[in-house]
Amino acid sequence: MGALAMHESEKRLIRWHLYIAYIAVAVGIFFGLLQALSRAKLLPPMPWYDYYQGLTFHGVLNALVWTTFNIVALLAVAVRASLGRPLYSLALGWTGFGLMTIGVAAAGYAILTRQANVLYTFYPPLMAHPAFYLGATLLIVGSWVSGANLILTYVAWRRENPGQRTPLMAFGSIVVFVLWYIATLGVAIEVLFLLLPWSLGLVKQTNPMLARTLFWYFGHPLVYFWLLPAYVAWYTMVPRLAGGKLYSDPMARLAFLMLLIFSTPIGVHHQYTDPAIGQEWKLLHAFGTFLVTIPSLLTAFNLMASLEHAGRQRGGRGWIDWIFRLPWNEPAFAGATLSMIAFVFGGISGIVNASYNVNLVVHNTSWVPGHLHLTVGTAVTLTFMAMATWMVPYLTGRALWSRKVALANVYLWFIGVMLFAVGMMRGGLEGEPRRTNLGFSPYLLPEWMPFLILAAVGGTLMFIAGVLFLLNMAMTLWFSRQPARVEVPIAEALHTAADAPIAFERWRVWLAVAAVLIVISYTPVLTQVLQTSPFSAYGFLPSNPAPIR
Amino acid sequence: MVNDPFERTAIFGAGFLMTAFFIAIVVGAFGLGIRVPTCVTDIPPFDQPAVVEVAPGQYVVNVVAQMWLFNPREIRIPAGSTVTFNLTSKDVQHGFKILNTNVNMMAVPGVVNRAQARFDQPGEYLIVCHEYCGLGHHAMSAKVIVEPRTAEGPSLPTPRAMASALACWAR
Repeated sequence: MGALAMHESEKRLIRWHLYIAYIAVAVGIFFGLLQALSRAKLLPPMPWYDYYQGLTFHGVLNALVWTTFNIVALLAVAVRASLGRPLYSLALGWTGFGLMTIGVAAAGYAILTRQANVLYTFYPPLMAHPAFYLGATLLIVGSWVSGANLILTYVAWRRENPGQRTPLMAFGSIVVFVLWYIATLGVAIEVLFLLLPWSLGLVKQTNPMLARTLFWYFGHPLVYFWLLPAYVAWYTMVPRLAGGKLYSDPMARLAFLMLLIFSTPIGVHHQYTDPAIGQEWKLLHAFGTFLVTIPSLLTAFNLMASLEHAGRQRGGRGWIDWIFRLPWNEPAFAGATLSMIAFVFGGISGIVNASYNVNLVVHNTSWVPGHLHLTVGTAVTLTFMAMATWMVPYLTGRALWSRKVALANVYLWFIGVMLFAVGMMRGGLEGEPRRTNLGFSPYLLPEWMPFLILAAVGGTLMFIAGVLFLLNMAMTLWFSRQPARVEVPIAEALHTAADAPIAFERWRVWLAVAAVLIVISYTPVLTQVLQTSPFSAYGFLPSNPAPIR
Repeated sequence: MVNDPFERTAIFGAGFLMTAFFIAIVVGAFGLGIRVPTCVTDIPPFDQPAVVEVAPGQYVVNVVAQMWLFNPREIRIPAGSTVTFNLTSKDVQHGFKILNTNVNMMAVPGVVNRAQARFDQPGEYLIVCHEYCGLGHHAMSAKVIVEPRTAEGPSLPTPRAMASALACWAR
């Protein structure tokens, strides 16, 4: 813990990120509930409800807004606490926050007025109102500014502490934002050069294949931008919350660096079923995707070893007993550890998706949302909820309103997502398409019904758990009168950073490796896409099969 | 870091596991011939979506996806046929998955996608659009109808035409 405690003005900045995240997720999970019910034929037609508008809200607010605002908040706390020095600039922090919030408002306006029913992947030539693309741009630019604030904080610390190993918590946080700069390059080019001029009418035609390829250049490291902050919490906070130590600090760094270099040059694994990209490059990206699973397998080992160590510190013996000694009645620990368990299944189903020809069975079926609700929807989301049980008290000075409600929240979410994921994934194996209002579909197959109902039950439980979370946070903010006694939990390591190769601190080298891998994997793909696909697609509104000429 | 035996086992174990998985998909692709869609750039225009028998037991189907239907809506072939699907879109992006087969493709305007499957079991195979394509997306579907072979039989299936698959591979 640094000598300097966090200043109230810094806490206020971080708190506001959480408020926006909580407002976003409240709307996002409401539409999630409606989708689960509508797919299972449990919802009558309602004039105010449009499934695909709701789905756009659900994806944008949960996957982009809830995540990004939480990530900036959690990592600001992590960098600030582990480096023990003030954030570089409050003004920069507020500028980032302001840009992101204006972006959310602009995109929200377009979606609310049904001028952007294009889902959060916004594939052209479905066209949205320019405010939607502008909002997405501002959200990303704002996150760049907020990320720069953390990186400049790190640079200042490095200058003040030459030769010292970066604390793991800050190390992981910096990796997250470096990865984010690399990743968002793709979507920034897509939105600024293709979609925004096209939706403004400056150009009439666009290239959907190029847009897809740029989107997935961004889209895969995007999922690691969501996941790595959870890894930061799992590696550097959870062992402390469990009453133990991290097993290996150097191995955690190895995992972060492997994720940094391998998570971008593999985006074509989202495009195995696409035209215009040859099989040979698809297979190359499959190979890269298998490489990026290795750091996650290392993470599984390292965290398990850490939890076992904690369980034994608490008096656990034998092969099984230590598991029960862990503090399962502490919401922060229980929530984060349940997230890890969900991620075991999320990761395994991810390897299925990554597996080239095996993916033919599951691509764009409901298997995929089943998978991603285990990963971003639980590994990441439930970790944020669990960390909020100490972070919100830490930032507000008010004790958590109810530990019991927090426990109900994390366990109910876990049970809910397990039922939901089984329903979605089994249905997907039976060919149930994703992103489809199946309850109103003329071809709905009777054999899908049990799985749709299972997903609706699981989705309902997740919604209730989400409401409990929001209730607990609102009551903490408005009605909790007990002062909080919390510190940022920073875990020590059994195998310390001193064992890590010094090369792990050479950021320029890792950036260069990342750049080389991206050039190798994307040059042939982009060349092929540009050679084979024309800029010939006129825009279409989702409601009208006639092109906008 | 590699002095710790547990860490060493984890690192090499993880590497070994993923290598084994990768070998498995390569065997699937080249040994069993389960291929993912690939590029076709030199095929005739899609002005007349149709089912064409190009050789005994070998069919080519040109499919156009559009908001919110597939053309043709019904593809009739005899059991034992090998069918090549060429797919494109007239408007926005669509999906094309034939249930209970390995055919799963994206339809993207401006480019052509291609996949092949052999249909041995008579019956109806549902085709669903699995990419969101606007208001009527959930109503967008088609069918492959595989008819039992009659006594005289339209044709015997020939072995899988590896040559045509390799032509694109070598392109």
